[in-house]
Amino acid sequence: MATINVNGRSMKVDASPDTPVLWVLRDELGMTGTKFGCGMALCGACTVHLDGAPVRSCSLPVSAAVGHRITTIEAMSGTPVGKAVQTSWVANDVPQCGYCQSGQIMSASALLAKNRKPSDADIDQAMSGNICRCGTYNQIRAAIKQAAASLNGRA
Amino acid sequence: MTDIRNLSRGKALGTTSRRDFLRATGLAAGGLTLGFALPVASRLALAAAPADTPINAFLRIAADGTCTVVCGLSEMGQGVHTSIPMLIAEELDADWARVKVEQAPVDKAYSNPIFGMQATGGSTSIRGHWEPMRKVGATARAMLVGAAAETWKVPASECRTERGQVIHASGKRLAYGKLAAAAAKQPVPETVTLKDASKFTILGRNLRRLDTPPKVNGSAKYGIDVRLPGMLTAVMARLPVPGAKVVSFDATKARAVPGVRQVLQIPSGVAVLADGYWAAKKGRDALEIQWDAGISGNLSSASVSAMLADGAARAGAVAHTVGDVAAVKPARTLEASYEAPYLSHTCMEPLNCTAWVHDGEAEIWSGTQSQGPSQGIVSQIAGVAPGKVKINTQYLGGGFGRRFAPDFTIDAAMLSKAAGVPVKLVYTREDDTQAWFYRPAGVTRFTAGLDASGVAQSFTATVASPSIMESSGFMKIPANGVDHFAVEGTEDHPYDFPNQRIDYSRVEPGVRVWFWRSVGHSQNIFFTESFVDEMAGAAGKDPFEYRRGLLSRQPRYRAALELAAERAGWGKPLPAGVHRGIAVGQSFGSYVAEVAEVSVAADGSIKVHRVVCAVDCGQVVNPEIVKRQMESAIIYGMTAALYGRITLKDGRVEQGNFDTYPMVRINEVPTIEVHIVPSTEKPGGVGEPGLPPFAPAVANAIFAATGKRLRELPFDTSQLKRA
Ligand code: FES
Ligand code: FES
Repeated sequence: MATINVNGRSMKVDASPDTPVLWVLRDELGMTGTKFGCGMALCGACTVHLDGAPVRSCSLPVSAAVGHRITTIEAMSGTPVGKAVQTSWVANDVPQCGYCQSGQIMSASALLAKNRKPSDADIDQAMSGNICRCGTYNQIRAAIKQAAASLNGRA
Repeated sequence: MTDIRNLSRGKALGTTSRRDFLRATGLAAGGLTLGFALPVASRLALAAAPADTPINAFLRIAADGTCTVVCGLSEMGQGVHTSIPMLIAEELDADWARVKVEQAPVDKAYSNPIFGMQATGGSTSIRGHWEPMRKVGATARAMLVGAAAETWKVPASECRTERGQVIHASGKRLAYGKLAAAAAKQPVPETVTLKDASKFTILGRNLRRLDTPPKVNGSAKYGIDVRLPGMLTAVMARLPVPGAKVVSFDATKARAVPGVRQVLQIPSGVAVLADGYWAAKKGRDALEIQWDAGISGNLSSASVSAMLADGAARAGAVAHTVGDVAAVKPARTLEASYEAPYLSHTCMEPLNCTAWVHDGEAEIWSGTQSQGPSQGIVSQIAGVAPGKVKINTQYLGGGFGRRFAPDFTIDAAMLSKAAGVPVKLVYTREDDTQAWFYRPAGVTRFTAGLDASGVAQSFTATVASPSIMESSGFMKIPANGVDHFAVEGTEDHPYDFPNQRIDYSRVEPGVRVWFWRSVGHSQNIFFTESFVDEMAGAAGKDPFEYRRGLLSRQPRYRAALELAAERAGWGKPLPAGVHRGIAVGQSFGSYVAEVAEVSVAADGSIKVHRVVCAVDCGQVVNPEIVKRQMESAIIYGMTAALYGRITLKDGRVEQGNFDTYPMVRINEVPTIEVHIVPSTEKPGGVGEPGLPPFAPAVANAIFAATGKRLRELPFDTSQLKRA
């Protein structure tokens, strides 16, 4: 039994200590917005924020998350950056199948939280851990730039 | 029923007559009041929302005017949950702001007119539903007008419709929401007139996708997100080699994993059922299994290549001939062989299916492309009538043909039946990559007989490849011996060569093959468009001009080619080190040309800077969706061109996760421009046709840059290294 902090709430979970946060979220807490793509930190579909930094929840044992703040896609509309990113994602109709997009949005908002004027190279660096099999990459890039502009008051 | 072989044909598209269509949809039964059998979802929804009136199987109108389109096609990213509502809304004169979409249950009403069964694939959605869905909208509109006319006691001819209202010549108005109940009781009109394209207010516009909002906040439900009371999650040890068998297994360690509840053997392997994925996966990994690899245990990529090369060296079944190639006495002959490997589809969402078989019924929750066939298969497994099988289609985290296959559905149903509880079967990424449903590997050998000046007198191709038709389980190779999926893209190339012969040489190394985005075109257009580039070189011609000169009888190919070349600035200077290549292809009734701008570094690595794509897909429902689909297919094709390869060693697949089966990432993608050729032709498909021209356009650019002809996929860039 461990207690973890998810989206600002303390949650008691039963999972064995080696269980990745991804499966605690999805199977135990019923929060299915965070996705499984590879289980090996190779695709980014499972990205959440740990104390604000993007991490791959498929490779983060729940024991290592105790004492830290986990933020998931379900809470993103409650933060100014998350909201700006989601709004821009909608305005650009970014998703196709949409399966990778929770992870893309988590990576993009972590980027914009610390860098309000990301260059193309910054975007490549922050986003190249997130695979999109539907190939929405150019729309992701455009949406990040638009979200940055709106956060900088130039929407 | 329409021939399934029309799956990927541009020509000879299934033409379901209006009568057939109305019969299939239940509309011909005489309308609601006369016993029109509503599909289950509509009935349920009706019970849940009494003010939401079903007008027919595809449409409900609520008292507040909300029009809910019930879509039988699966949304896998291609935008069908937006384009189908657009077709209905156009003829309905709906207020688009009040149009919603909902996934249909499995029901004959939702048969895909091209397949004759409920299924999504082969870029058929708009080709098959362009008229039928507009008729649904027009029929409903006529019934709403009828209801208003009756209310007002005026002739229907004095009424018109606009943005969700019926308007009388006197200026009186009634909103659809107010009319829905009365409209449902109107007789279903025998004939309806569809709008002329010049009157469209919804079709042809870049309307926003209806499925975007839930896809940005984590609320969209995919198959893998299904949760049921009492459900167990299954992870399987699947047969590692085609045809392998379990000799024995020891589940002691697996059962010792906390959370593991059951271990079950089914024909495709051994499953560990647990409270959640993590325990099931740990349990699966702890299984000790003795496999008998069977005859496929010796398969290797080298042996597959040798078999294919052998097949390409002998004459096969004749797929297409023009003139007489044997009579040609060429001044010289150009010859080349091309090869492509097996490929996995690798949907972003690993394959999965949730099943519950109980009490004489069965229920499936899954992102499937094939509801109709799945219903039949599950009914057999569960031993219940097909009508007792419900299918709850979820969003698909990618399809690409893979989710047309039944493996995950079969296994989930078998496991639930055996376990007696709802079971969610989840493939690990490695299971997904190694599940033996692959794009066929192939070798094609070309010859071109040229006259002294390089003009082609003859063109031959022998396509060696396994048969998807035979692999599919629902098709057979016809009497002429040609699986057209194996030769499409080569057999029907557009060029005006005076003598031609294209053969199909069936080779079966023993690996099951399957429909993969753009099917045979995916490798054949690479082969053909690369070889045609070689022919242009032999004739001393510019690759664009050479093609153009051979397309005088193919105006749609030619227009796409010209538009791509013009927008790419073909012939104009490029930055130092950047070179262009061009290719064109038709698939699924759409004509696509692409120009790629490529540079090759000293270490041989290639960079694709820009792709200019021109597409003629006939009349367009939503231009932005068309463009996104072209772009999506180009990037999917880019992964195949640069990295895609399933290789075999001792019968086992050597790739597993994204480290060994890599995908193109954001830092690699080129700028992509898509231009649509204005057209009044029937709609073509858009989910797949953008893919095939990409690899040859890049290979042709690499040749322009280096003088090296890469004849194999994925590109072996070590050949391009400068010493
Ligand atoms: S599922 Fe975690 S990175 Fe792929
Ligand atoms: S939208 Fe389908 S994988 Fe990214």
